[in-house]
Amino acid sequence: MSLLRTNNLTKKFGGLTAVSKFAMDIKEMEIVGLIGPNGAGKTTVFNMLTGVYKPTKGSIFFDGRDITGIKSHEVTKLGIARTFQNIRLFKELSVLDNVLVANHLRLKSNILFSVLRTPNYIRQEKHMYEKSMELLKEVGLDDVKDEMASSLPYGKQRRLEIARALATDPKILLLDEPAAGMNPQESFELMEFIHDIRDKFDLTIFMIEHHMQVVMGVCEKIYVLDHGVTIAEGTPKEIQNDEKVIEAYLGVD
Amino acid sequence: MGMSNFLQQLANGISLGSLYALLAIGYTMVYGILRLINFAHGDIFMVGTYIAFYSMTSFLLPWWLSFLIAMILTCIFGIIVEKAAYKPLRNSPRISVMISAIGASFLIENLAIVLFGGRPKAFPIPDMFNKVVKIGNVSIVSVNFYIPIITGILLLILLYVVNNTKTGMAMRAVSKDYEAARLMGIDVNKIVSFTFGIGSVLAAMGGIMWGLKFPNLVPLMGLMPGLKCFIAAVVGGIGDIRGAVLGGFILGLGEIMIVAFLPSLTGYRDAFAFILLIVILLLKPAGLMGKNLTEKV
Amino acid sequence: MKDKRKILTIISLILFVILLFIMNRTFDSYEIRILNLCGIYVVLGLSLNLINGFTGLFSLGHAGFMAIGAYTSAIFTMSPELKQMNYYLKPIIPIFKNIQLPFLPSLLIAGLMAGLIGFLIAAPVLRLKDDYLAIATLGFSEIIRVVFTNTQSLTNGALGLKGLPKYTNVWWSWGMAIGTVIFMVLLIKGSYGRALMAIREDEIAAEAMGIDLFRHKIISFTIGSFLAGVGGALLAHLLGTIDPLMFRFLLTFNILLIVVLGGIGSITGTVISAVVVTVLMEFLRVLDGTMDLGFIRISGIPGMRMVVFSALLMFVILFYQRGIMGTKEFTWDWILNRKKKYTQIKG
Repeated sequence: MSLLRTNNLTKKFGGLTAVSKFAMDIKEMEIVGLIGPNGAGKTTVFNMLTGVYKPTKGSIFFDGRDITGIKSHEVTKLGIARTFQNIRLFKELSVLDNVLVANHLRLKSNILFSVLRTPNYIRQEKHMYEKSMELLKEVGLDDVKDEMASSLPYGKQRRLEIARALATDPKILLLDEPAAGMNPQESFELMEFIHDIRDKFDLTIFMIEHHMQVVMGVCEKIYVLDHGVTIAEGTPKEIQNDEKVIEAYLGVD
Repeated sequence: MGMSNFLQQLANGISLGSLYALLAIGYTMVYGILRLINFAHGDIFMVGTYIAFYSMTSFLLPWWLSFLIAMILTCIFGIIVEKAAYKPLRNSPRISVMISAIGASFLIENLAIVLFGGRPKAFPIPDMFNKVVKIGNVSIVSVNFYIPIITGILLLILLYVVNNTKTGMAMRAVSKDYEAARLMGIDVNKIVSFTFGIGSVLAAMGGIMWGLKFPNLVPLMGLMPGLKCFIAAVVGGIGDIRGAVLGGFILGLGEIMIVAFLPSLTGYRDAFAFILLIVILLLKPAGLMGKNLTEKV
Repeated sequence: MKDKRKILTIISLILFVILLFIMNRTFDSYEIRILNLCGIYVVLGLSLNLINGFTGLFSLGHAGFMAIGAYTSAIFTMSPELKQMNYYLKPIIPIFKNIQLPFLPSLLIAGLMAGLIGFLIAAPVLRLKDDYLAIATLGFSEIIRVVFTNTQSLTNGALGLKGLPKYTNVWWSWGMAIGTVIFMVLLIKGSYGRALMAIREDEIAAEAMGIDLFRHKIISFTIGSFLAGVGGALLAHLLGTIDPLMFRFLLTFNILLIVVLGGIGSITGTVISAVVVTVLMEFLRVLDGTMDLGFIRISGIPGMRMVVFSALLMFVILFYQRGIMGTKEFTWDWILNRKKKYTQIKG
C-alpha cells in the first residue's frame, strides 16, 4: 500500500528551480533511496515533505491524506520523522533529554497538570522515560544518557538523531545522509541498523545518501535527481546500469 | 490649519526627518556588516553633541572648528566603542553581543551623567542658524534649511564612498558575506572600524544639528532618537542606506504631522515610531526596501 | 537517593523560612526593604529567564508588563478616598471609583492582566526572531508606557499614583519568590520545560520533533508576562509610589542584567544573582555619598554608583559570558557528588 506519494512536486527559489515535477511513490515497509550530485535538490525534497518549505507546485499525500503545505510539527505528528544533513541536536540538553523531548508531541496533559504533577502526568512521564531509555539502548547510547549532546563524537551524534526521530513514533523515517563522515566499517553497521529498525518498528525508510555502497546495499528502490529533475528511478541494479545516471552522477564521482 | 502653518510644519518635518536619516544610516551600516543593533549609537550621537558644546563654551573655539573637532573625536570614540565592546564577542551568540551593546550604551550614559552632569545645558547657536526667514507670511528658522542641505551633502559623499571606492566595495562585500569576504583577504576588522567611524561622524553631525534645532543637552538625549532611528532603519529595510534615509523621513514627517494635524494625539508622539515599527514588521518584515531571506536548513 | 534529595530540599526550605522570620524580626526597615527587593527581583528575574533563557526569545518588554501589573493592582487596592486624592486633575473612570479589593486578589488580577496583554502582544510579535523580536517587544513596552502617561483618567498620567498601601512585606515578596522558584523547577524539569529548551536550542529541529513552536512560545511569553505583572504589583506596594517613568527600558535592563549575570537558563543562578545584584546596588550607594575613611574624606560623586555598576556589568559580559551558573543548576546531586569526590581525594 502506498504510504508517501508526491505529484508534480516543484520548488522555486526566486528564478531558480530547485526541484521540478518530482513524483514518487513509497510503499509501506520499503527502504527507498534518493541520490544525486550536490545541489541536485535532494534536501529540498525532504524539506517539502516535512513542511519546512511550502512547495511552489504539486502535492504530497501521506497515508491517503493530502498533506501539502501543512506545518512541520503537524507533519511529524502524522508520522513523518526526519534527521538532518548537518546534525541538528539540542546541543545543550542531555542525550536523554534530546530523546525525551521528541515524546512531547504525544503528551496528553496541559501545562498546568504537568506543573502540578498529576498522577496521569507522572504516568506519562514514566512511560516517556522508559521508551526513551529503550531507544537509547537500541542505538547503544544508554551509557551516556546524562552527557551533553554536543559532547558526543560525530558518529554517536548521528545515532542520537535517529533515536530522537524514532521517539516521535513515526510511520516513515527520512534520513538525510546518515552515513556522511563514516568509514566503511561504520557504514556497513549502519546498513544493518537501518534494516533492524525497519523490522523492529515496522518502519518505512526514505534516505538521501552519498555512499553508493550503502544506497545500493540497503535500498529496494532508488530515485535519482539531477538539477532538480528526476532522471531515473528503479531498483539498484537498474540504476547502476542507467546511462543517464552514470553520466550525471557516477561518471563524475 | 492654514497653508502657512502647513509649510512651517513641513519644513520642521523635513529637518527632523533629515536628522533621523543621518542617525539611521549609522544603524543600518553597522547592522549590514555585523548583524548587530548598535545600541550605543544614540549615545555616540550624544557624545558628539557634548564635544561640540564644550569646545564652543569651555574652549571658546569658533563654531565651525568645534563641529569639525566633534566629528573627528566622535569618530575615534565610535571606533573605540566597537573595539572594546563588540570586537571581543565577534564569535559569540548574538544574544551576548546584543547584551554587550545595551551594556555599552548604559555605561556611556552613566559616564556622561557623571562627567557632564545631569542638568540640561543650552547649546549655543551661531547666528547664521538662528535667523528667521520669511517667505510670504511663513516664517521658518534658518536651521531648518541648513539641516536638509548638510544632510544631502553628507549623503552624497557617503554614497560616493560606498559605491565608488575600494573601501566601499569591501564594505559591501563584508555585508553580503562576512566569512567569504574574510577568506578573500579583506581586512574585516579594518572595514568594521571604518564603518563605525563613518557612522559616528554622521551621528556627531546629526547630534550637532539636533543641538541647533533643539538646544537642550542632557546625557540621555540619545536614548529616544537612538531607538527611533533604529526603527527608521528597520522600516526602510535594514542594511540599505537609501532605506534608512526613507525610514528617517517617514518617521520625522510622520511625527511632526501627527502633532500638527491631530493635536489631541500629541502625547502619543513617541509611540508613533513603535507602532510604525510593529506594523511594518508584521506586514513587510524585511522593511520597505529590503528583500526577504529564508533560513537554510 | 531521590528521597534524600527531597528531604534535603524540605529541610533547607524550612531553615530558610526560619531565617526569614529572624531577619524580619531583627532587621531595620531599610534592611527589610532590601530583603523585599531581593525577593521581588527573584520573581522578575525568573520570569524574564523563562522567556529569554529557557525559551530563547529575546524579549525586552518586561518593564511594560510590570507597569501593567503595578497599575492594575494599585487601582484595585486604593481606597475610594485615596483615589479621589490622587486623581485630582481628572477623576478616575467611574467603574473603578468605588472598587477596593484586598491584596491577594489584586495581585492575581495584576498578574492576569499582564498575562492577558502579554498573550495579545505575543500573537503578532512572536512571528519575529532575534533582534527584531527584541526591538518589537521593547517597542510594545514603550507604547504601554506612553499610553499610561496619557490615559489620565485611568492611570493619573505623568503624575503617577502616591500613597499606595504598602502591603508588600517579607512574606509576600519571598512567598512569591519561593512559589515562583518551585513553579519554575516543576515546569523546566517536565515535558513542557524540555520542549521550551528545545526551541531555544534549535527551532527547526524542535519543530521537526513535532513541537508547535508558536503555541509553546506563546505559553512561555504569557507565563513570563503574568509573573512580571505580579512582580510589578509587589514592587508598587513596596515603594508606595508609581509613575510611568519608573517603567522605562532601564528597568528591563536591570532585570536582564540579573538574568545574564546568573546564567541565561539557570534557575538557581537567577536566584543568586537577583540577591547579589540587589544587595550590591545598595552597597554601591556609598559611592554617591560622602565616604569617611577616618583619615580621609572622599566626597562622593552623584551617579558614580551607576558607572561602577555598568562597568561591572560590561566586565561580566565580556569575560564571563555564561554568568555565574551558565545553564547549569545548583542541585543536591552536585553538592553530594562534590563531597564524595572530596572525601575520595582525602581518603
